[in-house]
Amino acid sequence: MTAPPDDCLARNEWICGEYLSTRRQILLDAVVQHLQLTSLSVLIALVVAVPLAVLARRWGWAAGPVLALTTVLYTIPSLAMFSLLLPVYGLSPSLVVAGLVLYSLTLLVRNILAGLRAVPEDTRQAARGMGYGPIRLLLTVELPLALPAAMAGLRIATVSAVSLVTIGAIVGFGGLGNLIYTGMNTYFKAQVLTASVLCVVIAVAADLLLLGVQRVLTPWERATRAARP
Amino acid sequence: MKTLGDAWSWLTDSAHWAGDDGIWHRLTQHLVLTVVCLLLSCLIALPVALVLGHLGKGGALAVNISNVGRAVPTFAVLVLLLLTPLGTWGEGPTVVALVLFAVPPLLTNAYVGMRGVDRSVVQAARGMGMTGGQMLWRVELPLALPLVLSGIRIAAVQLVATATIAALAGGGGLGRIITAGFNLASTPQVVAGAILVAVFALLVEGAFEVAERCAPGWARNRGRAG
Repeated sequence: MTAPPDDCLARNEWICGEYLSTRRQILLDAVVQHLQLTSLSVLIALVVAVPLAVLARRWGWAAGPVLALTTVLYTIPSLAMFSLLLPVYGLSPSLVVAGLVLYSLTLLVRNILAGLRAVPEDTRQAARGMGYGPIRLLLTVELPLALPAAMAGLRIATVSAVSLVTIGAIVGFGGLGNLIYTGMNTYFKAQVLTASVLCVVIAVAADLLLLGVQRVLTPWERATRAARP
Repeated sequence: MKTLGDAWSWLTDSAHWAGDDGIWHRLTQHLVLTVVCLLLSCLIALPVALVLGHLGKGGALAVNISNVGRAVPTFAVLVLLLLTPLGTWGEGPTVVALVLFAVPPLLTNAYVGMRGVDRSVVQAARGMGMTGGQMLWRVELPLALPLVLSGIRIAAVQLVATATIAALAGGGGLGRIITAGFNLASTPQVVAGAILVAVFALLVEGAFEVAERCAPGWARNRGRAG
């Protein structure tokens, strides 16, 4: 019988290069799952949130109930949210996505609505005076002006989603959360630390990416800032 | 629909309420954990935020801490703490993780509230010969109170949610009913636990809402930061 190898894996150290090289595929799969779950749910939430916010802006009476409902949804803890949706979706990735959509929706509707409301009435009147119809007004004036607030909401929603995906480990679809969960049960320090750090790296990278997108989409922001004395 | 009926019968079974794994015990654990951690994080965050806000320093730090807090998965921190020597100390990891996550909203809201106080009011107070301490207690803090209180509200709701996740890492609290349900492959129990947790979280949010409505006008929520 050969003696067990005396490397950092055997010593169960927090930081372990051996772990990175031997489990590269597992880590890669987890990161891919993490990214898929996050991006899919944020995208679905965005597609649902924009019309909701626009409708709530158009009909004042709808704003109250929409905001109240989203607040209530946001209050429900994530573990409970995933569990409540269990009878509907079963143990599947859709369960995690559905829960994350509900959370992201809350943040997005709130921010887009705030952005739309902040569009100055003068601007709206001016566009109307120039002969803009309601659709054209919305698409070319109101939505672009609401963009900074909407992007702020999108960034918060994305960063939160990245960290919430880990809770999906309870149903087996938590991306890097799965590695943290199994690492906890087997007392595997390197796996827990590596997966946690990767989570934060993904969140920060996503945030920077969205910040870049925001800068590209709102060139006038930079122009006005530069013009200011 | 059938699952909801099953969950209802699970909830109404008195056997599930008693004992160490019972609902009452888990509810008490959840409540104690939330209250203790809220007090601890207030003791840590508020003095720092109030003094920094009074001096007008470290604002970027306060806001950045809040943003970083959002990027770090609660669950990961819990498990990391669990694997350190702290893990052998009962609820230690849970308490530390909970406090870590409650501090950022408290810090940010209190700081922003202090900085949001009208400068001319502060200057008038200084003109009246108030000392720094008097200004802090009698002028700035009362005016910043709405935001400070909304920070406490956000922290409390976040604590309830995080105390739920603690169950994933073997901690106590209501979340334990959900994780136990998963281990038993009992969907009714999972759903029943989820309903309990959701109702508890909504009650906490509701209690703050009511308290805010009853508060005198100047202490009411004008807006949120962070």
